[in-house]
Amino acid sequence: MSPPVLQAQGLVKRYGHVVAMDDCDFELGAGEILAVIGDNGAGKSTLIKALSGAVIPDAGEIRLDGRTVAFQSPIEARRAGIETVYQNLALLPALSIVDNMFLGREIRSPGFIGKWLRRLDREEMRKVARKNLTELGLLTIQDIDQAVETLSGGQRQGVAVVRAVAFGSKVVIMDEPTAALGVREGRRVLDLIRQVRDRGLPIVLISHNMPHVFEVADRIHVHRLGKRIATLDPTDVDMSDAVAIMTGAIEPPPQDKPAL
Amino acid sequence: MHPVRFDHHPVGGILRFQRFLHSKPTAAPLMVLLLSLIAFAFIAGERFFTPFNISLIIQQVTVIGILGAAQTLIILSAGIDLSVAAIMVLSSVVMGRIGVVYGLPIEIALLAGFAAGSACGFLNGLLITRLRLPPFIATLGTWSVFFALNLWFSEAQTVRSADIDRLAPVLKFFGERVGIFGAQLTYGSFLMLGLFALLWYVLNWTAWGRRVYAVGDDKEAADLAGIRSDRMLLSIYTVAGLICALGGWVAIGRLGSVSPQSFYEGNLDAITAVVIGGCSLFGGRGSILGTLIGALIVGVFRSGLKIAGVDVLWQEFTVGALIIAAVAMDQWIRKVSA
Repeated sequence: MSPPVLQAQGLVKRYGHVVAMDDCDFELGAGEILAVIGDNGAGKSTLIKALSGAVIPDAGEIRLDGRTVAFQSPIEARRAGIETVYQNLALLPALSIVDNMFLGREIRSPGFIGKWLRRLDREEMRKVARKNLTELGLLTIQDIDQAVETLSGGQRQGVAVVRAVAFGSKVVIMDEPTAALGVREGRRVLDLIRQVRDRGLPIVLISHNMPHVFEVADRIHVHRLGKRIATLDPTDVDMSDAVAIMTGAIEPPPQDKPAL
Repeated sequence: MHPVRFDHHPVGGILRFQRFLHSKPTAAPLMVLLLSLIAFAFIAGERFFTPFNISLIIQQVTVIGILGAAQTLIILSAGIDLSVAAIMVLSSVVMGRIGVVYGLPIEIALLAGFAAGSACGFLNGLLITRLRLPPFIATLGTWSVFFALNLWFSEAQTVRSADIDRLAPVLKFFGERVGIFGAQLTYGSFLMLGLFALLWYVLNWTAWGRRVYAVGDDKEAADLAGIRSDRMLLSIYTVAGLICALGGWVAIGRLGSVSPQSFYEGNLDAITAVVIGGCSLFGGRGSILGTLIGALIVGVFRSGLKIAGVDVLWQEFTVGALIIAAVAMDQWIRKVSA
């Protein structure tokens, strides 16, 4: 594995008597797609929320680029360069593509009108949005002032991914990006994910879709009972073994735990 | 790197019209306004279509227009404020009592009025964001609370016109008229038009304005996208309260006196203007200029029907029908996103 960008050690999170994370470790290497798989209730989303700032772990340590971080909110994680594409996308349907991309981090005009009249620099925002959409090949979105609700499911996913990539300087987390899509649009989103990786941005991909996971992932983090029980190389194991390990039907292969 | 392509679907005629109305929320109310002006020019005769009568309509909708502007901010945020008129009257009572009855300097009276209005809006915002009350219930409660405070502070007494003229004539500033080509406009009318222009700018050209739409469109998504929605809502209700206080000052000029019993149903008239103006009661959709047009539509219908000699009850009937038509239209337009 390449040097880790984002790592976590010994994460614990309890909700009353329920232990959602139980001494959980995590590593994401530079420029890789790491798939996180696990059965329902295994605690995947708690882990992801801890990494993206939505959950504050009771114990353990998270490091970004080797530096210890302790996010108190998703906004702090975003500021540190970790962007999350939520399963519901967190797009505002009535707002335009540009407005959505810059929501919460709008660009104001230079000089007096920006500082005192608080005027938005729409031209600049359009330019940046268009540049990012074009770079990721979302060329068919012609009018970036059109409302997001007029887009197809795949296009919306595309906008959410582009937004994350445009601002995520270190890590992009994607929660079930293909779950709501048809076969063809799902394929296109997988292409998009690869393109993001090829630009050098590491991706954490949470997915239930094993064919998709095996198609794009460089490594697979298997989550079970609140912790990582194995890290698999998708070229070494086949899909049914991965599912068997995930569900506890077979023992995971011996792991060489990378030193932190 | 190869481009990722997603399919486009062809669009038919009616659907295209629906999309047009969807992307231009003021188009439908503007058409209704123009058609009703033309219709009443024929029905009500030449007494209707004079500069004087048109300017009278603008004067008549001034106070409701300002309340409608405040209400628009709130409805865009997917809320509703039943207390806008009560806030307005309370603010005008505070201005009138402090400036005339207590005889304090006018600047203090006005500041106190604005502070009262903002505080009322802030309280609404707190109830909605901290206690998580639905806006309808929270403001139904504060409507009565503010109305009672208004009766208490005013001792249920009207501040008379002559006393205002003598002690604090500035309070009636917005009622003063200027004549242009036979039209009679008040400073209040100009203030209302200026307020709409300002809010249009704020809603379309500032981050705060875009966030008003975002919070109203989908609060959870806005939170995930990094907006602090509750803080936004608090600021929206406070700004709405401030605008209501401004409406209170204008209302003193309009009425000539400060009456605690005035505009009791002004909140409903304001909601009417917003809804006829094409704002969706589900939030996130609509235009502030639509509310101005909506208020003018109501004014045009009332004036036209009156000049045509139609009974007042049919004016009410027509306004009711307009509301129903506007909301039905909104339901249809919103289906675009489905």
